[in-house]
Amino acid sequence: MSNTERTDVLVVGSGFGGAIAAYHLAAGGADVTVLERGPWVKSEEFEHDYLLGSSFTRIFDFVVGNGMAILGGNCVGGGSNVYFASMPRAPRFIFERHGSIGRRMWPAGIDRDSLDPWYDRVVEAMPVVTQDWNDVTYAGGLWAAACNHSGRTANPLPVAVDVDKCVNCNFMMAGCRFDAKRSLLFNYLPAALAHGATIRPLHEVQKLTRTEDGGYRVHYRIVDEVDYRVLHDEGTIDAKIVILAAGAGATPVILQRSEPELGKMPHGVGRFFSGNGERLNTAAINEDAAREVLGLDRGDGVAYEAHAIGRGPTVASWDRLDGSLPEYDRYSLEQLYFPPGLGTILAQVPGGSDPTWFGPEKRAWLERWKSWLTIFTMSEDDNEGVFGPPPETGNSVRVSQQMLARGPLSYEPTANTLNGWAKSDAEVKEIFEKDGIADVAPWTNDVVGAYTVHPLASCRIGDDPETSALDDGHQVWGHPGIFVTDGSAVPGALTVNPAMTIAALAERAMPGIVRAAQERGVDVTYGAPAPDGSTSARRGSLHLVPGLVGQR
Amino acid sequence: MPESEVDARTLTLEAFADTILPGEKRFPGDRSVAGEGKGGGAVAAGAIELLETPATGVTDALDFLSQTLDQKATEWAEEHDLTLDDDVPAFVALPFAERTTLVKTLLSRENPERDGWVLLTMFSNMAFDSAAHMHTADAIAAGHPGLLAMGMTAPDADGYWRFEQHSYRRQLAEPHPDTLPNGSLG
Repeated sequence: MSNTERTDVLVVGSGFGGAIAAYHLAAGGADVTVLERGPWVKSEEFEHDYLLGSSFTRIFDFVVGNGMAILGGNCVGGGSNVYFASMPRAPRFIFERHGSIGRRMWPAGIDRDSLDPWYDRVVEAMPVVTQDWNDVTYAGGLWAAACNHSGRTANPLPVAVDVDKCVNCNFMMAGCRFDAKRSLLFNYLPAALAHGATIRPLHEVQKLTRTEDGGYRVHYRIVDEVDYRVLHDEGTIDAKIVILAAGAGATPVILQRSEPELGKMPHGVGRFFSGNGERLNTAAINEDAAREVLGLDRGDGVAYEAHAIGRGPTVASWDRLDGSLPEYDRYSLEQLYFPPGLGTILAQVPGGSDPTWFGPEKRAWLERWKSWLTIFTMSEDDNEGVFGPPPETGNSVRVSQQMLARGPLSYEPTANTLNGWAKSDAEVKEIFEKDGIADVAPWTNDVVGAYTVHPLASCRIGDDPETSALDDGHQVWGHPGIFVTDGSAVPGALTVNPAMTIAALAERAMPGIVRAAQERGVDVTYGAPAPDGSTSARRGSLHLVPGLVGQR
Repeated sequence: MPESEVDARTLTLEAFADTILPGEKRFPGDRSVAGEGKGGGAVAAGAIELLETPATGVTDALDFLSQTLDQKATEWAEEHDLTLDDDVPAFVALPFAERTTLVKTLLSRENPERDGWVLLTMFSNMAFDSAAHMHTADAIAAGHPGLLAMGMTAPDADGYWRFEQHSYRRQLAEPHPDTLPNGSLG
């Protein structure tokens, strides 16, 4: 392809950050093109299968860095197709965090109160619902009962799931076959398409260069639909505005690769990466204790044995989300399910002899898999991740045909991060070992280092260009017309699942981005309703819009 | 030594996979499977078949990895005054405990050349717990030793898993006192 195409707005990535931007700009009248690196997989193609090449390996990536591995979406809809659809708001204290810079790291214009109206927009758009105890799976119920047994509280999570359609197959990471999970394929993306946006799957953006008219030229390669290691044609598209939303593991790499031609990038590009302080513990439930101590029975005499049943997490304990506690001592403990492979290899045998994660004892431990229950810690890390030089293409060197790759991220946890992990490990152990409910051990970090399913902050917003990559309106410092709206923009760990906050920040960024597009000659207006036409959340956030467009 | 290099490679890789998730010997005189596990282990689960699947990305490296593993085993034996019989490749000849210690060393985060060993480990593991070289439903129907050992159940007739009974259907804890009607904390 040699002729350069043109569009008003080029969006890189179709997860939360990209889909929300594509929708608002297309609905407002702009010509919008979305380039998505992954395939466009429809509901009927989502499979229940661990076979290499099934939807399970086609739609997400596992990128191993030095000390940190990232799991993320790789498909139209991005993380929303592989996520577990837990949508809590970030606790109030998060916005006051200092992190590694010794002063408030969020922009002065954002706190929980000012973000709530934007959260409301996401609730209306997805929509997000609360679960009652009839919706809570056996695994979530057991975790709640265990927390209660040791004097703790536990909450059914707010979710973007139609629980009536859910079959509790626990194949959420392979995409939802039954249209129960409210991914972006059901709201923002079809609404963007209805307003004329174009989505091109298997287009991997490599870099940006400048055009003579002050816009940007976006350089992409076509990715083979089966073997992602193979890249085909290259092409370019010129745009007046570029919105990067390739995910926190990829957005900074695109900017780094663009630096020789665009000029120096702000310090925060590819620095301050946060893994959301994530950590996992796997327990094997003592079925007798579940019955006798917790009083649980599935109705057929079986107390639990339900690891395979459910939809990822349904219950979290939020007792440690207490703003009066010191920073790095706060975390949530969320019941979770990880499928085999990713969810088993790093699990250590409680009290096992060395090696604890492979060998005969691990083989025997796997025989208790039906009674496993995984607890997910989301804590406050120290934004200690740094991206090294970009690989030749994409954000990694692909190893497997799909899914597995080696990336340039380095992460060496600080004492602060290790503190949160140690305290949460100890608390999970205390809860499970009380009256012999379960045997539990944390996952090993000896194999791939730490890991995260919620990569954040690698191009974060802030008020200070020395410690951020983006201004309060999500524009890259010193590079007018380039915006970032994905998880990279979130300043730091959130102690809860971040999709809701990523989406709310993207919603909040839209009035300013629309204004920037207008200033660059794009005929576009701000003010679209929710994707289904609902308007109550739009009314609720309207009073904030003048302040946001004034920033440009 | 075995008759061909292909056999040597397979034996060495089998011994590696068996070190990760050990199984019982498949036949009397099985050397690569040490017999340290009850039931089928990674080898019986199809580790070699999975490693030989080009989609993994590790297949082209198997010659190098198996040869290096045998070389490391030879060096290990020399350093630890072990005499290895030469009926089988060096890594296969190592006693199980020695295999385990060597593999631990290779996988150590201090080893700058660990990537290949991590890949072998991951796919050995996945052969057992995911049967990533087979359709999952087929693997269960065929009595796959890993999936069955873990207690995975068969899907519905159309190949999809559904669990109609999924909840204890009662309140099992008090929610956090700061919980808002929207389900988040205030």
